Amino acid sequence: MSFLKLSAVSKAFGANVVVKSFDLSVRKGEFVSFLGPSGCGKTTVLRMVSGFERPTSGAIEIGGRDVTHLPANQRQIGMVFQSYALFPNMSVFGNVAFGLKIAGASKPEIASRVKEMLDLIQLGHLADRYPYQLSGGQQQRVALARALAARPQVLLLDEPLSALDAKIRVSLRDDIRAIQRELNITTIFVTHDQEEALTISDRVVVMNGGIAEQCDTPHEIYNRPTTRFVAGFVGKLNNIPAIVVDPDAGTVRVESDVVTLEPRAVAGRKAGDPIVLALRPEAVSMGTRSGDVVLEAKVQEVYFLGSVIRLKVAAAGVSLSLDIFNRADAPPPDVGSTTHVSFSSHAVIVLDS
Amino acid sequence: MSALDTASAPVGRSDPGIGRPLARFSGFWKWLGVLPFFLFCALFLLAPIVTLTDGAFRAADGGYTLDNILALSSPNIVASYSLSIRLSLVSAALGTVTGLLLAYAIILGGLPAWVRPVFLTFSGVASNFAGVPLAFAFIATLGRLGLVTIVLREVFGFNLYATGFNLFSFWGLALTYLYFQMPLMLLVITPAMDGIRREWREAAESLGATRRQYWTMVALPLITPSVLGCFLLLFANAFGTLATVYALTGSNYSVVPIVLFQQIRGNVLYNPNLGYALALGMVAIMVVSNVLYMILRMRAERWHK
Repeated sequence: MSFLKLSAVSKAFGANVVVKSFDLSVRKGEFVSFLGPSGCGKTTVLRMVSGFERPTSGAIEIGGRDVTHLPANQRQIGMVFQSYALFPNMSVFGNVAFGLKIAGASKPEIASRVKEMLDLIQLGHLADRYPYQLSGGQQQRVALARALAARPQVLLLDEPLSALDAKIRVSLRDDIRAIQRELNITTIFVTHDQEEALTISDRVVVMNGGIAEQCDTPHEIYNRPTTRFVAGFVGKLNNIPAIVVDPDAGTVRVESDVVTLEPRAVAGRKAGDPIVLALRPEAVSMGTRSGDVVLEAKVQEVYFLGSVIRLKVAAAGVSLSLDIFNRADAPPPDVGSTTHVSFSSHAVIVLDS
Repeated sequence: MSALDTASAPVGRSDPGIGRPLARFSGFWKWLGVLPFFLFCALFLLAPIVTLTDGAFRAADGGYTLDNILALSSPNIVASYSLSIRLSLVSAALGTVTGLLLAYAIILGGLPAWVRPVFLTFSGVASNFAGVPLAFAFIATLGRLGLVTIVLREVFGFNLYATGFNLFSFWGLALTYLYFQMPLMLLVITPAMDGIRREWREAAESLGATRRQYWTMVALPLITPSVLGCFLLLFANAFGTLATVYALTGSNYSVVPIVLFQQIRGNVLYNPNLGYALALGMVAIMVVSNVLYMILRMRAERWHK
């Protein structure tokens, strides 16, 4: 049963169509992220849910009620902005109390709820401070408390972590998820950071050019991307050009070698069709024993990343990246040395050429 | 300068005796940029205040006296101060309100983008359009035989002067002042209006606030210090206006600058020391309004650094 439902929602600014027939169903208490590059339409969809933009066509329902033409102040949504957007003329208490005052709550009720919210974000001791006296992370926590105080039906987060430094970002990301789970509030999170989206979400909607390319769990999005854009946008990918030899047998030609894949991976293609075999760096291993597909390779670059060493090798006529664990007793191969790389045919993602 | 600093630093460390003159020299250059400002303040702010303060306490024979200061409490001078303050307050209030509404319409009202530069350019000109040309322009349009007055009467059958309107009255003067006060308000309030972030309105709306609640609880408190500052600027602007009121009403409306003008121009009322005292009174009023403004601003800006 969907709590938030977008049906064939489109948005055009003049002749420029930025969201095209967007469908989405979000369950009560689900955390869904919109992931995509700048200009893909993710923020526009969020703004249509919030009521700040009117859809050109389509319908939006929250809790079974059609809110498509309802103004933002009647939708019972909580919104957190990238730039915090705290009211500078109000203290932390005043900011968190704002929505409750507007709703006509009594003073004791406001005081109790604000305290509850500030305890939730662990900033109860800063209630009298003004926004300029807070760090970016603290301001964003207050913005979150303010958005949640009036018990919204849906929480909308518009790149709330983008303005924060890396350490605070990770800590606040975990806090947002914990609070969201505790309150069981339906949440839409907009980000262009794939790590954020994959870490925090129940489901991820990968957007491109105003359409939802794929909507699935982080595990499926990463391991089974359905479009070339999703495969390329989420995570790093090695692309090896190949030609279908026998679709029934699942054989494809990579340079002069014939490789056998699962037949369903090339189902629907004809012999001679050009395809791309896509592989995550962690799916490729050094040596000949880690998979049924083995390729000769020459080491081009070695990047030491601490616990992981990323190698760039030339194989099958292209440049491949692969990650190996750093081991103190096994130094990485030298640049220019020849070796073998291998991978499992099950790990291959077949994409159109 | 940086070259001098770089050269002097290591020398200074090893031999302070050699480094110090160079450091002093570079210090002088640092202050050179603001020297014209201090010179300007000394010549056109401090020196006149010292001169008029000294002159206000001197008699025609050069001796010290309190007569000029006491003369400020005479009925005609008190009346002129009262008129000046009332006229300045009214024109500043009208200018502040209309300019604020105009700025809202242009900056936040969702008008086409070309409207803003057109209005700002016009305002730059109009805010400096005062004195005899402005008085003449108003006489030619809203005087008894002005173009607008005649068009209203002949075309629309509306006799403006039958309603009690008179260009050469208090409210006529206030209306004339509005011509330069409103654009000045638009120019000086624009940065503050630009500083109102869209996210504040959206955050308020997402929390259930109406447009009116957003303005009364968030936006207006935020721009209040700027509005107060603009009001004071408009008050000072009107308080010192001489040529417009003189060209429009002659000596019929004895605002302080006209009374002062009469004391120094050499006719039968010639008393430059009283003129100094009048000017000192104007300075005192501006000081009081500035202090008042700072107190109000501190209260309005308690949420600021």
